[in-house]
Amino acid sequence: MATNYETFEYDVLVIGAGGAGLRAAIEASAAGVKVGLICKSLLGKAHTVMAEGGMAAAMGNVDDRDNWRVHFADTMRGGQYVNNWRMAELHAKEAPERVHELEAWGAVFDRTKDGKILQRNFGGHRYPRLAHVGDRTGLELIRTLQDHGIHQGIAVHMEHTVVTLLKDGDRVVGALGYDRERGRFKIFKAGAVVMATGGIGRAFKITSNSWEYTGDGQSLAYDAGAELMDMEFVQFHPTGMIWPPSVMGLLVTEAVRGEGGVLRNKDGKRFMFDDIPDNYKPQTATDPEEGWRYTQGDKNAKRPPELLTRDHVARCINREVKAGRGSPHGGVFLDIAWIKEKLPNAAEHIKRKLPSMYHQFKQLADLDITQEPMEIGPTTHYIMGGIRVNGDSQMSNVPGLFAAGEAAAGLHGANRLGGNSLSDLIVFGKRAGEFAAKFAKEHGAGRINEAQVEEAARRALEPFDRGAKAGGNAEGPYQVQHDLQEMMQSLVGIVRREDEMARALDGIGKLSQRAGQVAVFGHREYNPGWHTALDLKNLLTVSEAITRSAIERKESRGGHFREDFPNKDAADGKVNVVVRKNSDGTMNVRRETIPDLPAELKQVIEEMK
Amino acid sequence: MKTVTFRIWRGDAGGGKFTDYTTDVSEGMVVLDVVHKIQATQANDLACRWNCKAGKCGSCSAEINGIPRLMCMTRMNTLPTDQPVTLEPMRAFPNIRDLTTDVSWNFRVKTKIKKFNPRKPDAPDGTWRMQQADVDRVQEFRKCIECFLCQDVCHVLRDHHKHDEFIGPRFLVYTAALEMHPLDTEDRLPELKQAQGIGFCNITKCCTKVCPENITITDNAIIPLKERVVDDFYDPLGWLWKKLRPKV
Repeated sequence: MATNYETFEYDVLVIGAGGAGLRAAIEASAAGVKVGLICKSLLGKAHTVMAEGGMAAAMGNVDDRDNWRVHFADTMRGGQYVNNWRMAELHAKEAPERVHELEAWGAVFDRTKDGKILQRNFGGHRYPRLAHVGDRTGLELIRTLQDHGIHQGIAVHMEHTVVTLLKDGDRVVGALGYDRERGRFKIFKAGAVVMATGGIGRAFKITSNSWEYTGDGQSLAYDAGAELMDMEFVQFHPTGMIWPPSVMGLLVTEAVRGEGGVLRNKDGKRFMFDDIPDNYKPQTATDPEEGWRYTQGDKNAKRPPELLTRDHVARCINREVKAGRGSPHGGVFLDIAWIKEKLPNAAEHIKRKLPSMYHQFKQLADLDITQEPMEIGPTTHYIMGGIRVNGDSQMSNVPGLFAAGEAAAGLHGANRLGGNSLSDLIVFGKRAGEFAAKFAKEHGAGRINEAQVEEAARRALEPFDRGAKAGGNAEGPYQVQHDLQEMMQSLVGIVRREDEMARALDGIGKLSQRAGQVAVFGHREYNPGWHTALDLKNLLTVSEAITRSAIERKESRGGHFREDFPNKDAADGKVNVVVRKNSDGTMNVRRETIPDLPAELKQVIEEMK
Repeated sequence: MKTVTFRIWRGDAGGGKFTDYTTDVSEGMVVLDVVHKIQATQANDLACRWNCKAGKCGSCSAEINGIPRLMCMTRMNTLPTDQPVTLEPMRAFPNIRDLTTDVSWNFRVKTKIKKFNPRKPDAPDGTWRMQQADVDRVQEFRKCIECFLCQDVCHVLRDHHKHDEFIGPRFLVYTAALEMHPLDTEDRLPELKQAQGIGFCNITKCCTKVCPENITITDNAIIPLKERVVDDFYDPLGWLWKKLRPKV
């Protein structure tokens, strides 16, 4: 029976230890409850560490015209108005306090001349808004939370992966996981569970995400009865490295453009001036000179078109490449070296402002970004969709199950603005921790269903049984993962069409069958083949959710671009696409009308147009 | 395209041996790419840690041809390929399996260092003021990605196994970042001198050499901390002054 698995009992179990998970754990433990924190890797290695540009918070340190209203309007405009407006409102209002709190916990942000936290320009943000530390802001965030959190009495389970959420009736009451080191199953009982597992990038071939981002949180929550929302909105970051092949997809921060970097095609043309969407025209520079002045802090200048939203920039790059105007390796050029025409000591300036970009290109591509342009192309970066939550409490439709950060849906709508992710983590990580602790206090522990535990453990070990039977002839998990990534990239990528997505659905069905037959060899101790086999199910679930949602949305909006429906549709603009699991295991897709904005917020949006 | 042989440590805490894998290497590949290729095609169960693949998370630390490095930042064209490339786990920590090691000691050490303790806010709105020039030094230390390569190369830990008496370069850098933080009010010098064993460091600078973030560990962090400890505990004039100065 299940009783011989090691069992841990917590009030709040947080799954995922990036910015959102750590912030949730800190808040829950501060509320006086017992907290367990599960991380798939070692503590402090989560994807938050990769975030470069900064965290958006309308502190107004650099431009005092900034305030929460502008930030709210920018976020809604960037998200093309399908955001959960309550989350956008809370985010804009609470981000400054969350950033100041980090400083109280030891974070060391770059400074303004008068000693305040410095803020930089970023795509889609009207004023300089991103608190940052060079181009390693994510590291600063995660390390600050980690170093604060380790003194809070949080029990950290490093290198553990959850295979299923455990339920007592409707309610989530814990999780079953395994440790990588020994492959032993462990039961985590909890009054409330916070999903902070991040994204789904590994469903695609070209991605900035690491091996961990296999949609675990979305998939586990879905299996537990939670609704997923906005899954069609995947962000393809416009600037990923494309050469050499081994670094394809690796992120090149938007801060390069924020500091004056420009995009050019192979003819040397700054193509971004060719296509500026109407709703951004009033706030976009009319010529390169004005764009340059904006990046250098001229408050009267408007931003260069390179700093339009990520979805738009990615599509423009795609268009240049398809039209045969791309760079030698199938991307375009991102040039920061040109600023030497404008600044004395430009090389030093670039190294100081973008140290890790300088480092990354020098070491991985043998290229000096202070002298030569970079070759870049779009890379799968982020999913705006995820677990559908209440905007205030972050609880899903499943009692006791909360979500925060990338795993949750709502804040970003159809497209996330750069810099709004790190602030998302701390604003909603805090809220999820707070409300999860409250829920746990009010409801206490639930009952663990041993049959559910046994069944999940048995299924998790099936790949070994098949390996033992097949004796080396069966398919391993890597080929299935690879084929899924290839397929999603080509059929459900930046540009989508109904017929291609129908083929993708068909492909997902076939891949699911193969995934159900993969075999694993060796033993359970630190066996990456086994881990990949278990992750496959999650990848397939989120891939299906993305594809079905993308078919449902018959328009183009934000990160979702349909070649067969290239324009926005007013009716589709009033709904979110929601999926949940039917009782027969199939995926239910439905449209959910977005609640009306309160008059006050409507007015804010009007004022900021 | 070139053919290369990788001689990889396969084993666990109980022991193991080097196994040769031969594979093709193409332009731009790093050591971690080769490991992934071997993992996907020849040894599905080859254990290694990695995350960001961009030198930002510090997970894929290993010893490549005997030198502690990040696998993701070591390009194949910087290694001689006419002989096998040896790849083994960090040797200052117990082996878990293949290229992974039990680095949990580092996480335990960190919890023993007194946490950041800021002075009262400078402004009525609860915020502080700091000049960039005053935080540059601390920002250098905070670049640390906790790859623990400096711990791996440090002979006090690696050869003399002083894990119970010495916190190692990583946590001297960590302590330096706290001690030199303009807002911090804590005093960590007594522990540095005693339980944390700063005296064991004899500034051979091996840690500085392997740091993938190019933090000047020895010169900027450890030596200034040593000087502070000396000033506090071994300077006779300083001692006298502290005894005699009027208490405030």
